[in-house]
Parts: sequence; C-alpha cells; structure tokens
Amino acid sequence: MSSVESQPPRTLFDKLWDNHVVVPESDSAPAVLYVDLHLIHEVTSPQAFTELKARGLKPRRPDRTKATMDHSTPTLPAGADGKLAYSSAAAENQVDTLARNCAEYGIELFDMQSESRGIVHVIAPELGFTQPGMTIVCGDSHTSTHGAFGALAFGIGTSEVGHVLASQCLLQRKARTMAITVEGELAAGVGAKDVILHIIGVIGVNGGTGHVIEYRGSTIRAMDMEQRMTLCNMSIEAGARAGMVAPDEVTYQWLARAPRAPKGEAFTAARAQWAQLRSDEGARFDVEVAIDAADIRPTLTWGTHPGTAIAVDAPIPAANDAAAQKGLEYMQFKSGHALEGTPVDVVFVGSCTNGRLSDMREVAQVLDQRRVHPRVRMLVVPGSEQVKRQAEAEGIDAIIRAAGAEWREPGCSMCIAMNGDLVAPGQLAVSTSNRNFEGRQGPGSRTLLASPLSAAWAAVNGRVSDPRRIPMQTQEVA
Amino acid sequence: MAGFDCIRSASVVLRETNIDTDQIIPARFLSTTERKGLGQHAFNDWRWQADGTPNPGFAFNQPHNQGRGILLAGRNFGCGSSREHAPWALADLGLKAIVSSEIADIFRNNSLKNGLLPIVLDEADVQALMQRPDDELHIDIDACELRTPDGRVYPFPLDAFARTCLMQGVDEMGYLLARTPDIDTYEARHHAS
Ligand code: SF4
Repeated sequence: MSSVESQPPRTLFDKLWDNHVVVPESDSAPAVLYVDLHLIHEVTSPQAFTELKARGLKPRRPDRTKATMDHSTPTLPAGADGKLAYSSAAAENQVDTLARNCAEYGIELFDMQSESRGIVHVIAPELGFTQPGMTIVCGDSHTSTHGAFGALAFGIGTSEVGHVLASQCLLQRKARTMAITVEGELAAGVGAKDVILHIIGVIGVNGGTGHVIEYRGSTIRAMDMEQRMTLCNMSIEAGARAGMVAPDEVTYQWLARAPRAPKGEAFTAARAQWAQLRSDEGARFDVEVAIDAADIRPTLTWGTHPGTAIAVDAPIPAANDAAAQKGLEYMQFKSGHALEGTPVDVVFVGSCTNGRLSDMREVAQVLDQRRVHPRVRMLVVPGSEQVKRQAEAEGIDAIIRAAGAEWREPGCSMCIAMNGDLVAPGQLAVSTSNRNFEGRQGPGSRTLLASPLSAAWAAVNGRVSDPRRIPMQTQEVA
Repeated sequence: MAGFDCIRSASVVLRETNIDTDQIIPARFLSTTERKGLGQHAFNDWRWQADGTPNPGFAFNQPHNQGRGILLAGRNFGCGSSREHAPWALADLGLKAIVSSEIADIFRNNSLKNGLLPIVLDEADVQALMQRPDDELHIDIDACELRTPDGRVYPFPLDAFARTCLMQGVDEMGYLLARTPDIDTYEARHHAS
C-alpha cells in the first residue's frame, strides 16, 4: 500500500470514493467508479436486461449482483391452490421476468420460495452482503439505507442498472459533503425516525441535493444498526445522494452474526480494514449542520412531501406559498391546528424504513393487551422473511392479531401501493414508510409519516397521539 | 439515441414546487417491462379525472400547449424515487427540456440518458420565463444558452460530458465498456486475495 504522508485529512466519503476510482474524473468526463455490490429487484431491472440482450452482452460480475422480489409481490399468503394473488398480470410478469433473467445469467435470486427474501434494503444488511467500505448501488432511491454500515450506497436509474450489469462500473461526478452532527440523549418515545424527520424538517426536502451526508455525534453513536438504517434510509428525502455512518463496534457485532459476511480470519482482517473508515480529524465538509437531540420531539409530517415535518404537538404552520397551500388542501388540514387528535383511518407499519425486528417489537409493546381502535384498519408488514420468522418466534404476530391488526407476508406493500395494498381515496393513513407524496399509498390517499411508536399509538387511539404518553407497562414474563 | 444540438419550442408551465416522481408517473404504472408507452400516464393523477376524461384545467390538456417541448417547472422538480420511468414518460409525452431552479440529482441523471435536457436557472429567471410561456425559446446546447425572442440570453450549466453525449448521441454503456482494460486492472489490484 502507498504511503499517506502529506495527504490532507479526508472525510469518510473521500476515502470510499478514492478506493473505488477506476478512471479519475476530468473536466471533460466523469469518473469511472467501481461497484462492489449491485442489488436488483423486479421493477427497475427488466429494461436493463433487455438492453444487455439487445447488445449481445452478459453481466460482467453476476457474483456481485444479488436479486430479490419485493415491490409487486402480494402480502397475502398463497391460496389453497398454492397460487399467489398478484394484483395484475403485469405484476406477475415482472416477477417472472426477474426470475428468468437471474436464471439465464447465474445471478443469485431470493425468490418467493426463499427463506431470505424480503425488501432489498432489509435483506442485504441482514444477510451481511452489505459491508463497510463498499460501493453499493440499486435501481432504488432508498439504497442510501446501506450507508448505515459505512458504505457508499446510492440509488441509480435503469440505464445505469444496465451499465453496472455490463461493466460493474458507473460514470459519476464526485458529490459534495455534508456533516450532520446530532448530540445528546433522545427523550423516551423519540426514536431514529423522529430524528430523521426532524432533520429533513430543518434542512428541507432539497437541503441535501448534490451532497453525501455523514451522520455523526453521540446520538448517532448510541443508535443500534436498525436505527442507523432508518436514519440513512431517508437521506434521499432531503435530496441527498447518500447518507452514511462510520462503522464501529455496533457495526462489527451486527456483521459477526450475518451469515454472508466474512468469517473467522477473513472477518478479523476485514475488521482491521473497516476500522480505518472514518473521517480524519480536521477533515473539511462543504456543509455542516448541528442538531441538538433535546430539540427532537415525536415528529410527523402534515403535508405532501417529507420536509413538512413537525412535532406531534406543534401547530401546522401557516401556508406561506402556493405549494404549502396546495399541500394543506390535499391533506384537508388547517394552519394553526396540531396534528395530535386528528382521526385516523389506516395505520401502516412496514417498509425499508421501519420494517425490521426492532420496529415490530416496538409495535407489539404498544399493542400488547390493547385493541386497535374500531375505526382503524392496521396493517403490519415485516420487511423480510427473517424478520417475520423472528417476530413470530417471539409471539409478536399473535399480539398484533389479537389487537385486531393484520399480520402480512413480507414486501413493500402499502409503502408504494403497487401490489394491491392500498389506502382508499381520501383516507388518512399514519405510516412508518418514507414518502407522503400525493397518491403514494393509492390514488387520493393522505399520508402522515411517523415512527412505529407513533403509528401503533395512533392505531390504539384512533387518532394521532403523542407516544410520550404511552403508559409504561411492566415487563411480563412469558 | 441520435444527437441534437438545439431545441426550439414554446413552453408548458407547472408552477408547483417539489413535483415528485410519484406525480410524474404514479407507481401503479411501473408494472411494465417496457420503456415505451408511458407518456399517456405522465402526470396521470393530475391529467385524468376519476372517470378517465381529461382534467380541462391541467396544463398538458390545454389545446394551446399541445406539441410543446419545454417544461417550465417550480423548484426541486423530480424529487423522490429513482424510477427512470419518470423521464421515459416525459420524453414519451414529447418533452425535450425541463427548466427549473432546482432539479433532483437522480432524475437529472436519468433525464440526460434519455435525451431530456435538465436546465437549472435562477428562480427569478424561471419566474420571468413563466410570464411568457408562448414565446418560442431557443436552447443552444453547444453554447449552453437559452435565448428568448426578445433577445435575453440565459447561460445554463451543463457538464461537458453530458453535453457531448447529447450532441453526439454518445452511448454511455459503450463508453464504459471501452474502459474494460482499466476495469480489469482495478479488479486485479483490489480483489487479489
Ligand atoms: S419499502 Fe417502499 S421505499 Fe422501500 S424499497 Fe420498497 S417501495 Fe421503496
């Protein structure tokens, strides 16, 4: 390895970038950047394979490509005839097309029969494909999730999926850097989802455009991996190219348990490499933002983009432009009113933001010995087969069913409403997913983004409610 | 994709800010394995009423806007998902350029790969252009300038590589594959165990 004597201090992003440059960028051309791990799913890959075929090409590194099916897949179990109820023939065709392409080119696929299938951003970390120091891409904007492990991970378009299949590389201009430092302890009832909604509320829905965010500070260090994934997941909702957290002991412990991460001596060697992955003392960021954890309350959105985040007990702000006015009208809300107390029709717990085991546990804690309000339809969708299995082993499914909520099969489900799981027109949903755009959860659907605790507590009360008021229950021995 | 070096057209105006990719093409139209034919669903939920008839108030349904190739849009256009279906749908609708004071990263990238030119100007300039949507604008890609009939000239930033790709119809996949020796060297250096 080369000596690093006179090198100026570098950020974590600089290091990841430098390590993956195949051809440096110049004024006339972007850099050629190597991709370590390419994740694909059924919705954004078919046209890329078509392009590859049309050119008579094959994937360069099928071993570095992993596939799953998650967006179009039903979340109800197969019928008596063993058939899955796809919402359309087109959806089923998409899933079949992925399976055919993977079989043809020898790409490992976690299909409907696999015990490891699930939402792409849930399973890759779970299995240990996601590792510190990697470049990871997927035709999916929430690829930023994997940055929680100290990887450079970002979403790409379908043409680029084709580029990576063909060359294992991408053409990229180097992004700018933003440090978001969160210091202090979070209050009870406040979690990673509230932190990221608060951050987007502060920097704005386009505050991160052109930047890669590194999340730093004591609050982030105190988070477990699942919380860090929730945080990095929504970096794209602030417009950022990617979000990342430098790896530490918490990261290594997760990877030590992950089946496809390095084992034995390989793990020890990898760990020594991973320990280098942090921003050097004195490294310069283009933008720095400081957040005080004490300012963060349970946070939800009132409008039609994730930047409309406010504390549960804060008044909805005055509409100071046409866009805000349009958002208010669509949501049927009034400035000056608090969200707290608003009647709710649907509660959705799931997605790559909050569909992991810790999220299922939080929801079960709230629903235990309680009932979902009769007005509310509640859907709980584990992010993967593994999350589902573990949750069921802990009896979480029984608690959720006993409370009157639906416990579904893993997938994206109501987050994107492609598979038939829909919020009806005009209905108000409190959702743990990541987008509240007009019609995101179905035509005419109205969405409040929230944490799993806020969502579950709203389901019980039938209204938006402050999770800091959930009565503490004494731990029961099963 | 054939190259082109200029666009001449009047504009369609969508003043809304933060127009996200779910508005440009709702997710329920993504269950396709084709690139073509998405234009009919561009801005679907704004463009068509529940009974399937056109919403007469929506800009793209107004007769004078038919055939226009430039969209003037509010700040932060194209935010949200990475779906390339969004630029596919807009290109299929006949658009050649989007002008806004901010255009989301992934959308911008995807647009350039589909012959759709993203142009970022100052908010005040976008507002000024929105006042006169019927003017035939002239976008000169080589000079990176947008010109109005009354002689105003708005220079816009465009990556040199993107400009070459648009003008010469350069194929990025071909460009990457031509770097295969460098990629081989990289793999040999980094993945030797
Ligand atoms: S859960 Fe939602 S945001 Fe995540 S990958 Fe699926 S559709 Fe995208």
